[in-house]
Amino acid sequence: MKASLGTSGLILNEPFLWEKGKKGRHGFSLPRRDVEPCPLNAELTGQGPDFPDLSEVDIVRHYTRLAQWNFGVDTGMYPLGSCTMKYNPKTNEKQASLPGFSGAHPLVPASLSQGALKVIFELCQYLNEITGMDATALQPAAGAHGELTGMFIIHAFHKKQGTQRSKIIVPDTAHGTNPASAALCGYHPVAVASNEQGILSVEAIAATMDADTAGIMVTNPNTLGLFEENIQKIAAIVHAKGGLVYCDGANLNAVMGVVKMGDIGIDVMQLNLHKTFSTPHGGGGPGSGPVCVKKQLEPFLPIPRVVEKNGPYILAEDYPESIGKVAAFYGAFNVIIKAYSYIRSMGAKNLKKASQLAVLNANYIKEMLKGTLHLPFDRPCMHECVFSDKHQAAQKVTTLDMAKRLMDYGFHPPTIYFPLVVHGAIMVEPTETESKEDIDQFIEAFKTIASEAREDPDKLHQAPKRCKVKRLDEVTAARKPCLAG
Amino acid sequence: MKEISELILPDDVRYAEDHEWARREDDTIRVGLDDYAQDQLGDIVFVELPQVGDTFKQGDEFATVESVKAVCECYLPVSGKIIAVNTALEESPELVNTGPYGDGWFVVVNPGDLSELDTLMTNTACLEKLKGAA
Amino acid sequence: MRYLPHTAEDIFSMLRVVGVNKLDDLFSTVPNDCRFKGDLNLPEALSEWELNDHMAALANNMAVSPEYKLFVGAGSYQHFIPASVSYLLGRSEFVTSYTPYQPEMSQGTLQAIYEYQTLAARLLGMEVATASHYDGATSLAEALLMAIRITKRTKVAVSSLIHPLYRRVIQTYFEPTSYEILQLPYLNSGVTDVSGLDRMDDLAAVAIQSPNFFGCIENLQAAGDKVHDQKALLVASFTEALAYGLLKSPGSQGADIVGGEGQSLGIPCSFGGPALGMLASSKQYMRSLPGRLVGKTKDLDGKRGFVLTLATREQHIRREKATSNICTNNSLCALAAAMYMASVGGTGIRELARLNHDKAEYLKRELKKAGFAIPFAGPTFNEFVVEFPSGFEDTYQRLLEKKIVAGLSLAAYYPELSNHYLLCVTETRSKDDMDALVREVKA
Repeated sequence: MKASLGTSGLILNEPFLWEKGKKGRHGFSLPRRDVEPCPLNAELTGQGPDFPDLSEVDIVRHYTRLAQWNFGVDTGMYPLGSCTMKYNPKTNEKQASLPGFSGAHPLVPASLSQGALKVIFELCQYLNEITGMDATALQPAAGAHGELTGMFIIHAFHKKQGTQRSKIIVPDTAHGTNPASAALCGYHPVAVASNEQGILSVEAIAATMDADTAGIMVTNPNTLGLFEENIQKIAAIVHAKGGLVYCDGANLNAVMGVVKMGDIGIDVMQLNLHKTFSTPHGGGGPGSGPVCVKKQLEPFLPIPRVVEKNGPYILAEDYPESIGKVAAFYGAFNVIIKAYSYIRSMGAKNLKKASQLAVLNANYIKEMLKGTLHLPFDRPCMHECVFSDKHQAAQKVTTLDMAKRLMDYGFHPPTIYFPLVVHGAIMVEPTETESKEDIDQFIEAFKTIASEAREDPDKLHQAPKRCKVKRLDEVTAARKPCLAG
Repeated sequence: MKEISELILPDDVRYAEDHEWARREDDTIRVGLDDYAQDQLGDIVFVELPQVGDTFKQGDEFATVESVKAVCECYLPVSGKIIAVNTALEESPELVNTGPYGDGWFVVVNPGDLSELDTLMTNTACLEKLKGAA
Repeated sequence: MRYLPHTAEDIFSMLRVVGVNKLDDLFSTVPNDCRFKGDLNLPEALSEWELNDHMAALANNMAVSPEYKLFVGAGSYQHFIPASVSYLLGRSEFVTSYTPYQPEMSQGTLQAIYEYQTLAARLLGMEVATASHYDGATSLAEALLMAIRITKRTKVAVSSLIHPLYRRVIQTYFEPTSYEILQLPYLNSGVTDVSGLDRMDDLAAVAIQSPNFFGCIENLQAAGDKVHDQKALLVASFTEALAYGLLKSPGSQGADIVGGEGQSLGIPCSFGGPALGMLASSKQYMRSLPGRLVGKTKDLDGKRGFVLTLATREQHIRREKATSNICTNNSLCALAAAMYMASVGGTGIRELARLNHDKAEYLKRELKKAGFAIPFAGPTFNEFVVEFPSGFEDTYQRLLEKKIVAGLSLAAYYPELSNHYLLCVTETRSKDDMDALVREVKA
């Protein structure tokens, strides 16, 4: 067996910002004062915040050391299911930091912002093409925000019809944001179970759909990594009762150029630019969650919308049926530039290839690990596959233990304990940017961990050993929260 | 997690389907969460209890219990008005784990109908049900 | 393609393991009538070098500093960002990592965000700040929903001097609910009229922005006293976070929840996004807060470490009963803000805020001297309203051609205020810039 990727190295301890510094130190070049100081109103002014005073060196060392405690896609494989942790191209970062974009103010006249407006306009066109939908809005700042926007649109549609429905169908495999978004819109989520094949059945939807149901929220491919084969019939049932079909597009990486959501019955969907379209996750965000709709829902999209008017682009607000605004300005523009750059760099052929290779990588891992880990659905998967810890139960080794041990081998663990329908779920999404060698190394590591589970389970219970910290006391953190220093 | 044989199910309380227990104390009823529930949930980090004076029907949601990764709704095993609430759980939610039938009690109820206690399971019935489900 | 490492041999051997002949066969579970049979109609792929040229051309078609002198704020502020901050923010361990759900290998992000939470709480004078929300508008909307959850009441009163675009977001969020939004008018002095509060009952919260959209500083303490008499919550908002380097914090004036915009703290304007929703509250409301929270704890060896905590509030556990649906937040923007706050420091932020204030006062004085009306006499921070003579649109256009953007017209937002413009001066505008503006508008 080759040497493990994971090793120990010299990473340094680092105190809090306020445990460093000295009063009077500067980390900032104060601009020249060219106006007279004004007297201050003592009633309005305060003491100023209790921030430390640090030098630039203090700050650079601080964050350089902190960075070394992190593992990113640039460090190694990050196979988080449904997160699409693909490589983040560096040219995208360069484009986003061009001064003409980063220095742009959103409220100057549109004639002075033509470059940005063109990016927004064209990205909408590309996303329409990729999804097979008719219109796109880039305003939502994240996937969940896009879902909420979609819910608002559905709500507005039914209001216009003169009916207000109270329920929405949410599969048991749905991401938590789905029912949460529905609830924020006043809808009561009605759960529906997937069948033994791990997908939604026509019968189950037919039994649940009624005139008081606004629609259904599907994820396709779903969170088990399976294509919802019955989607067209399901859409027909929902439509027949006047409902709408919402698709959570988080897993679009599986089907670019292979399936167009607009052609299979979807009325409204959101995309995650920070998943499918390669923009970085930033340790938790920012993302961007564009919402794409079919023609009949276009009037409800948030405003303003970028349109072309006799040549130049303008920000149009004249959409009386719009749901209004879901964010102050036009969306996460800096993230939008990165997605735009990605699509322009890949082109149609490579986007399709990306999906094909993502699916190839996932199926390869499925085949190679299915002897080692229990595979609840032994059928072709899409861009991700789901295992469980059933085979390791006898040794009292859990999904959590195996995940923690993977870190010692130099890999970020896959998504664990989701979807909820598989007990002890391990959801692996390699993405297309992992090479065969890196995937083989991952497979090797997991096999080693499985044999450790048999021979020396304590190694796993004590894992991780090579990270900056060992397992953390999450119980005390929740009982006695300490959220600020 | 405990084996079924290791569970503590005392005979001085009655058990609801969702693993709340109810103990008759003169004319009042004390309610808490049984050993199976606390064991399944793991380390309890937070308990949200109702106010004194709140009234519920049998089966109404009256409290929530949180572990790090899960939330569990609790349903009142008997109808009535809350006359006491275990405020110690605010600082020490772990009492539910260490003393589910003692210090980890949730509320005391002024019951609307004492006969509702008979609709709940005895410890033997509860144990049989758990064995059957296993 | 340089992001797709598979060679033909790799693909061949992997296909063999999977048991299919070609890539297309991998999609056997996609029914035929779901398959898209053509090619996506997208522009041909650009090389890295072509992309550089293409994007440079687009970026050059934008009006930005230093070529253009912008005197606009209104929710997006030009501030200097130290090279050290941009540099550190580029560390790919911060940029390419995911949400720190596996804390052992994410301690960098976790400590950094814990520090952000701490500095944000100190800036706002509050006890707990979240790890970020999308922007000031959504932060404020969520703050109001939070107040409704806490008080179990259904009405909120919102000042008409809260940023108009924020108020539109609140309306969108409230539309499908049965909650009611009442509007608080403004006084001639340019601050919120809270006198009507006594007549409003059943309020969950009252939201006031300070400095408000006109740039005027509100008396949050006085408003808060009235609000608390009603047993409602005071929700304070802001669009210019730097103001609190100088002004009394909302927390010190009695705010219960604060929802505002942190973009001024080291995040470029970037055509409006991504921004930084700052959300904070007192500790007693901690469990009602939406969004992620980082907590300090210890590991098995007793070493200090950090984890995401109170996760049972969130969607991945609580689902439809969660405090919000938020999953991805604006973490990297929060990191930028922490780096910025650390760089500016306690001493520096006061001096910087002071400079903003004094420069704006200079422009105000010079415009007054030049004969223009300043309708709202009260104290402001770095934004203020000027009333220009009727027909000023032509002057505004002429100034655009001279690459000066003379503020934001208020007419679209406040029809009663035609010819009123909101001007902003930050440390990025020099005395010469301001003198040029005054010269040009006088002409």
